[in-house]
Amino acid sequence: MFRGAGGSIALKGGRHVTATGLREFVADTAAGEDSSLAAVRSALSQAFTVRQEPGTAGSGTHHQTWLDTFDWRLYKAGLTLQFEQARRGGRLLLSRADGAVQAEQTVTSWPRRPRLAEDLPPGPVRDRILVLTSPRALLPIVKAVSTVTVTRLLNADGKTVARLVADHVTVTAPTGNTAGGITAELPPRLAVAEVRGYPGQARRAADLLAGVPGVAHASQGVFIAALTALGRHPADYTSGVEAEITATMPAPVAVARLLLRLLDTLELNVRGVLRDIDTEFLHDLRVAVRRTRSAIKLLGGVLPADLAEHFKVEFKWLGDVTTPVRDLDVHLLGFDALAGQLVAASPADLEPLRAFLARRRAREFRRLAAALRGPRFRAITDDWRKALLEIRDVDGPRRRRPAAAVLARATTGKVFRRIAAQGGAITSESPPESLHDLRKRAKELRYLLEFFAPLHDQVAYRKVLSDLKQLQDCLGEFQDSQVQRAEIGTLADAMLAERAAPAATLLAMGEIAAKLALSQAEARAEFAARFARFAGPAGRERVRVLLANEMQGRS
Amino acid sequence: MKIFATYNIKGGVGKTTAAVNLAYLSAADGCRTLLWDLDPQGAASFLFRIKPRVKGGGKALIRGTKTLDDAIKGTDFDHLDLLPADFTYRNMDLLLGAAGADKKSTRKLGQLLKPLAAEYDHVFLDCPPSISLVSENVMHAADVLLVPLIPTTLSVRTLDQLTEFVAGFSGRRPQVWAFFSMVDRRKKLHQEITKDLQAERTGVAATPIPALSMIERMSVERAPVTAFAPRSVAARAYRALWAEVQQDPKP
Repeated sequence: MFRGAGGSIALKGGRHVTATGLREFVADTAAGEDSSLAAVRSALSQAFTVRQEPGTAGSGTHHQTWLDTFDWRLYKAGLTLQFEQARRGGRLLLSRADGAVQAEQTVTSWPRRPRLAEDLPPGPVRDRILVLTSPRALLPIVKAVSTVTVTRLLNADGKTVARLVADHVTVTAPTGNTAGGITAELPPRLAVAEVRGYPGQARRAADLLAGVPGVAHASQGVFIAALTALGRHPADYTSGVEAEITATMPAPVAVARLLLRLLDTLELNVRGVLRDIDTEFLHDLRVAVRRTRSAIKLLGGVLPADLAEHFKVEFKWLGDVTTPVRDLDVHLLGFDALAGQLVAASPADLEPLRAFLARRRAREFRRLAAALRGPRFRAITDDWRKALLEIRDVDGPRRRRPAAAVLARATTGKVFRRIAAQGGAITSESPPESLHDLRKRAKELRYLLEFFAPLHDQVAYRKVLSDLKQLQDCLGEFQDSQVQRAEIGTLADAMLAERAAPAATLLAMGEIAAKLALSQAEARAEFAARFARFAGPAGRERVRVLLANEMQGRS
Repeated sequence: MKIFATYNIKGGVGKTTAAVNLAYLSAADGCRTLLWDLDPQGAASFLFRIKPRVKGGGKALIRGTKTLDDAIKGTDFDHLDLLPADFTYRNMDLLLGAAGADKKSTRKLGQLLKPLAAEYDHVFLDCPPSISLVSENVMHAADVLLVPLIPTTLSVRTLDQLTEFVAGFSGRRPQVWAFFSMVDRRKKLHQEITKDLQAERTGVAATPIPALSMIERMSVERAPVTAFAPRSVAARAYRALWAEVQQDPKP
């Protein structure tokens, strides 16, 4: 059987036609589809007897869905995943960008709901994508119905020596998708499929096809062609900042653009949070909120004072309402890893804790969903966008304000100096709070660097970022271990209060708390070296180079 | 990979038609199937409209300068490939004899087929009529030996000789499945012999392949009768035979 719409049309089993044995074309149907296909047949009949019979093996209608995570993890790894619907069940096909099949596995069905790779039945596709996609769910990106017609090309002996595969593909963006509900028809795709042992004949057929006016080599696979037809681009979502700003842009305009970009990211994730598709929608939404709050705090001076003041409060509220669910998500996501570290207790002892966390999460999720559906959230997003658009468009080039690069240099330098001073004062006797506070400053610097990334020299930027990341990892480990340890204490109290805590579970939780204390101590021991690397003479020089380069030629 | 071989010392008994039809039915079941036309006359290749020619001839294949894989052609049917005949196969005995000492020379074809194990579920060997080093190679390579018999007393003797010969193999022996071919139901002798032998002997298939003009039509249609006339009596007989020879013979 031929597969349609795959970019890798192959006979059943993939044996007769490999991806390399395929030559793909796209027919221009401006002159009418029938006449362009008639021209194709006429060209091929110069060398072959063209035999189109109803029911030729492989002809028929095929239903397919391309899947990826919301943040395009498979695409970014150079992979595409298709679900092919069969009469009963179907199969998953993982291919490389060039069409070569990497793994396939049969599945009984693909549910309408997005699905985590870990929920797939065991098989080669699951094995290959599990680590790559986890914890993100696989979402339908494009659906296609393809009608395949196979025409046999015969030699003088009446032997089939090649096949022409014509594929008419109609694509739809699934509802809930960015291009939700849109349908488009792709120009017919033609492929010459090689019959084993007759490569020369397939080449001849392909040469004849290439000579037909209006027929061109297919420059992209069906998936990319489908996305383009639906008005989308692959990897059109990123949780990064990537604001379109320039060094010479007035600072208020640059800051408004930056904040609008963060608002876009925030809003793009709301639906996924409300449908509880996977944990990372909320994570990305929270990152957008935190970045927004940092931007208001550090760069809000260039915005109208009352606006910054009002939204500082509103985004704090938004951050706070999302915290309980995220905290519980973090516990649940890391649960197995944590349980796996137990030495004295058994992982099974912790199961009552998992059940307790899941119940809590369900309760907190209802509160979060109510907040995100409520008027206060709608007012925040609507009013904020309106205000920012006004600044971006109206308060534009006419007013004289400092350029974006000046603002970037001043704030980045200030925050760096503050970190250098605060961190330099930390000794082995300093209280944990001093490290927590330094972590906040480090995060602010990280955000500032990301906001102004387009203005920086990329080499200098990556050097500073790498040092900062190492410092942040250490501070993060220190604080997270402490917070989690405190939370385990709180959870134990709550479980006792609800009579949901068997003794074995409490003992296992105690062991985990001890492990966390150990990690915290290790992080603390590493702090001095990481900080020295970041804020020592070499680190300071790297920051100086970064800020000195900022204004040069980037407009 | 399971290897089936159609073999009889005599010619014109329905070896090729059986090999072509059973290979087609195997492929139609979804099994990846290869048919090797070992007969220099190239009848099986002709029936699939494939030129009976292998680059470098039998010599290149036996010596290994060309792999079997390179010589394989796709038929018009899904899952079914053919390794064509070549006129040089008439000298295959000499080539196999040159392959080495006694044991080596009788196992050469089996060795050549080994690399195809991952690619095919079933291989059919269509053997030329003779008793030679080629047929001995085929018997050693095959898991199942399919022996078409014309219902005559003489052919029963041939089956006895063959069974005895195979029983003398040291180590692995193919399973022998005989079946009656070109059976004319109007002939009393045919009826008697088929009935008696099936009662007396194990390894004789219950399904006879009748002598039918539809089977002869294969050379006109240049396709398996099971493909161009799937509802015909002939096609039904081959289907029943295929179902039978995939089982172990009853003890």
